Amino acid sequence: MSDSHEELDLTLHVWRQPDRAAPGKMVAYKVTGVSTHASFLEMLDILNEQLVARGEEPVAFDHDCREGICGMCSLMINGRPHGGMRATTTCQLHMRFFKNGDEIWIEPWRAHAFPVIKDLCVDRTAFDKVISIGGFVSANCGSAPDANDLLVPKEAADRAMDAAACIGCGACVAACPNGSAMLFVAAKLSHLHHLPQGQPERLARTGAMVSAMDEAGFGACSNHYECEAACPKDISRDVIAELNRDYARSAFVHRERANKADGSG
Amino acid sequence: MDRTSSSSIPVAASGRSFVPDARIPGGPIEQKWAKAKFEMRLVNPANKRKYKVIVVGSGLAGGAAAATLAELGYDVACFCFQDSPRRAHSIAAQGGINAAKNYQNDGDSVHRLFYDTVKGGDFRAREANVHRLAEVSVDIIDQCAAMGVPFAREYGGTLANRSFGGAQVSRTFYARGQTGQQLLLGVYSALSRQIGAGKVRMFSRTEMLDVVVDNGRAVGIIVRDLVTGEISSHAAHAVVLATGGYGNVFFLSTNAKGCNVTSTYRAFKRGAGFANPCFTQIHPTCIPVSGDYQSKLTLMSESLRNDGRVWVPRKASDCKLHPDKIADEDRDYYLERKYPSFGNLSPRDIASRAAKEQCDDGRGVGPGGRGVYLDFRDAIARDGEDRVREKYGNLFDMYERITGENPYRVPMRIYPAVHYTMGGLWVDYHLQTTIPGLFCLGEANFSDHGANRLGASALMQGLADGYFIISYTLGHYLAGVASSSLTSSTAPAFADAERAVKQRLDRLMAVKGNRSVDSFHKELGQVLWEDCGMARTKGSLEHALTAIPKLREQFWRDVSILGGRDSFNQSLEKAGRVADFLEFAELMCKDALVREESCGGHYRVEHQVEGEAKRDDQNFCHVAVWEHTGDETPPARHTEPLAFENVKLATRSYK
Ligand SMILES: Cc1cc2nc3c(=O)[nH]c(=O)nc-3n(C[C@H](O)[C@H](O)[C@H](O)COP(=O)(O)OP(=O)(O)OC[C@H]3O[C@@H](n4cnc5c(N)ncnc54)[C@H](O)[C@@H]3O)c2cc1C
Ligand code: FES
Repeated sequence: MSDSHEELDLTLHVWRQPDRAAPGKMVAYKVTGVSTHASFLEMLDILNEQLVARGEEPVAFDHDCREGICGMCSLMINGRPHGGMRATTTCQLHMRFFKNGDEIWIEPWRAHAFPVIKDLCVDRTAFDKVISIGGFVSANCGSAPDANDLLVPKEAADRAMDAAACIGCGACVAACPNGSAMLFVAAKLSHLHHLPQGQPERLARTGAMVSAMDEAGFGACSNHYECEAACPKDISRDVIAELNRDYARSAFVHRERANKADGSG
Repeated sequence: MDRTSSSSIPVAASGRSFVPDARIPGGPIEQKWAKAKFEMRLVNPANKRKYKVIVVGSGLAGGAAAATLAELGYDVACFCFQDSPRRAHSIAAQGGINAAKNYQNDGDSVHRLFYDTVKGGDFRAREANVHRLAEVSVDIIDQCAAMGVPFAREYGGTLANRSFGGAQVSRTFYARGQTGQQLLLGVYSALSRQIGAGKVRMFSRTEMLDVVVDNGRAVGIIVRDLVTGEISSHAAHAVVLATGGYGNVFFLSTNAKGCNVTSTYRAFKRGAGFANPCFTQIHPTCIPVSGDYQSKLTLMSESLRNDGRVWVPRKASDCKLHPDKIADEDRDYYLERKYPSFGNLSPRDIASRAAKEQCDDGRGVGPGGRGVYLDFRDAIARDGEDRVREKYGNLFDMYERITGENPYRVPMRIYPAVHYTMGGLWVDYHLQTTIPGLFCLGEANFSDHGANRLGASALMQGLADGYFIISYTLGHYLAGVASSSLTSSTAPAFADAERAVKQRLDRLMAVKGNRSVDSFHKELGQVLWEDCGMARTKGSLEHALTAIPKLREQFWRDVSILGGRDSFNQSLEKAGRVADFLEFAELMCKDALVREESCGGHYRVEHQVEGEAKRDDQNFCHVAVWEHTGDETPPARHTEPLAFENVKLATRSYK
């Protein structure tokens, strides 16, 4: 950041929708005097200040940490989740990547499982539902052995961490032509399944989470891998291959269990 | 003993009437927690599901509490304002979590962690609480590892550690630069498991706006559904607040944008004592402010200080030069110079003030001269760029994204920013506030960090409170309450509180003024940063105490909130929070004014010896506990005396 900075005047086309049920539309706004050092969300703050000054209702958008970790911010910017810059969330995107006079199209995530609540905010509770079905290790508080009793090879911990970096923002779903949550689900599974702690429930977890994903209204994965390109945390499509391997086995185990349960196995 | 300051703040002669006994168990410090646990009453397992517990907050403290209480069998409801419990502000913690495991065999122990925390807190924390925290720290790491938190590992598979601000042992556990995220995802997974099992009812995008107190006990809360705007009442046998810190009172801070004081301040207005509100922490390593559009400040984890060296040019005339052009002898590595034994790892308050001094002295760098260098040149030369990238890669990337500068080539520029609040609701050893049945955990309470928190100790405290303490102490409370005694959510106490909440929202909507909510919040932040920030004087605080009521009055006359009350309305959410900040800020400044000493993050310019903070143990070795006495009357200050029986009261020295 040098002392020097420019100011940008921009034309924004923003999705406005009063609530879940009402129809929405794109509305054009001029926003002026945006410093190139401002973040994209700070640019929207400036727009909102200008709207309030004119007595117009500000644009609703989700955000919280503004440093790329909470996963609360979203936005399709010029048709790309988080603006399409590699490994960058909307809140980390800075205006120095735009030019004076640019037109920018800003829309909410569009996916069957993520209905719009207002303007640019969507409902992502479908993600929470999927996690509540199996995205955990069943270890009650107080039952743990000494942490160093269970050795974890460094490579395994690193692989687990690569997948665990997911912030649950939903960019993968928004990017997918089918609205699938495959990368999100696979990342959670990959995190747990590279660790010894995740092994006892491995196949049951995989089966349960994949079914929950379908039930929550997410589409099927047909290997477009737009998700990988959109992920602000650089999560690799490899996790999907890991999921598919386990899923095949989980279906088998599931059948075996069902057979045993009804006495025929 | 208290002294009434020159301003007209009434000081109660004795704390006994308002501040209850802190219920610190007798016996040697090492045995207090074990003794307390044994003496606590238990709730029969079959009866636990008949008890309703409300947990407000889903961060490390609240999420862990909700999950653990549900595992035990209680009927739990959990609330958060974000769209998912996984997004609580704990997610943003970078550096790590402390625990007295002594895995590195470098001389750590429960006692040493206890000692460091009491001393680091500048002798303004309660010994018994801190010792318990150090004791349970080891269990936290076990629990998190069992839940699949991907902590950093050595090649042999054991857990890795690093040393962290203010500690001379390596006791900090971490997961790259995303420790808070990984710990919170662990908590969220445990919470999700209980939600899936139907044991926790989760209310996301729901904001608590009041605590309901009936017959002297907390019996529930009033909330607003942030999507529909609907106001509703929720009854419970006990209420647990774990709503985080109030650093955003300064507008610019490292906290997430939604962090607020509403839940604890509303509890204060219902009779909960607020302790040490002036104890706020300024973190030394944040990215400096770049312009007036700035909406938040980004922390650069202080783990960077393990390898980065802090300096400014020796001569003010060199400040505009490119750092490469400044020869070694013209650089002032001022922390190494002033504090030879701790150097770049000096505690936060000391490192922050030292940075301010250099900049006040005209030797700051970057825009407005408000920055100092954090330089990795020597670490890169010593260990290689790859090793540095492995340790700090994501932080370096974050820095570059924000500033457009590459810190592998050019030293980072950093400046202190508001980061953490040690003050909070007063709680006893059981984490109960002055209102029976109202408990407070995590950053929202005041209990463990005194006047300054050591790095990597907030995550530890949040999880200690949520996983290992509240499960015992809440059971003890509930065992004394009949499960049949649930106050109905249609009882008059709820109806009255609901009405008050609605009236307040209507009043906000009715102002229909001309200024945005943010503009008021920014102005408040500027007043506090100047007058009640890193250095405070009687004059500055008195200035703030005249400016804040004026600003508050303007706010209620001229704030503009568009949209409706009964729908999704982010301006209204913010307005409610800012209205509370505008009242709370005054309490903070009053507390700072009466505390005529310097300790930890509270630095009164009048009380120093050669630039080092001068504590006054004669007059201020106590917790200040504020009581709300009414909207038209000033709050009353009470005290809980602090006794140091295990760590000798001494002047903190890091030289
Ligand atoms: C950038 C940054 C880095 C940090 N790094 C470290 C570190 O490395 N090590 C360390 O130990 N500490 C660190 N800290 C401090 C630490 O992260 C926090 O102190 C800690 O996580 C607080 O946890 P908590 O559970 O008390 O609150 P939070 O995590 O803040 O959770 C608060 C919860 O309360 C809810 N809530 C708040 N108000 C309301 C309301 N009115 N109604 C309903 N719900 C509400 C929120 O939705 C949220 O769920 C860092 C802090 C910051 C800002
Ligand atoms: S606001 Fe938290 S990730 Fe963008």
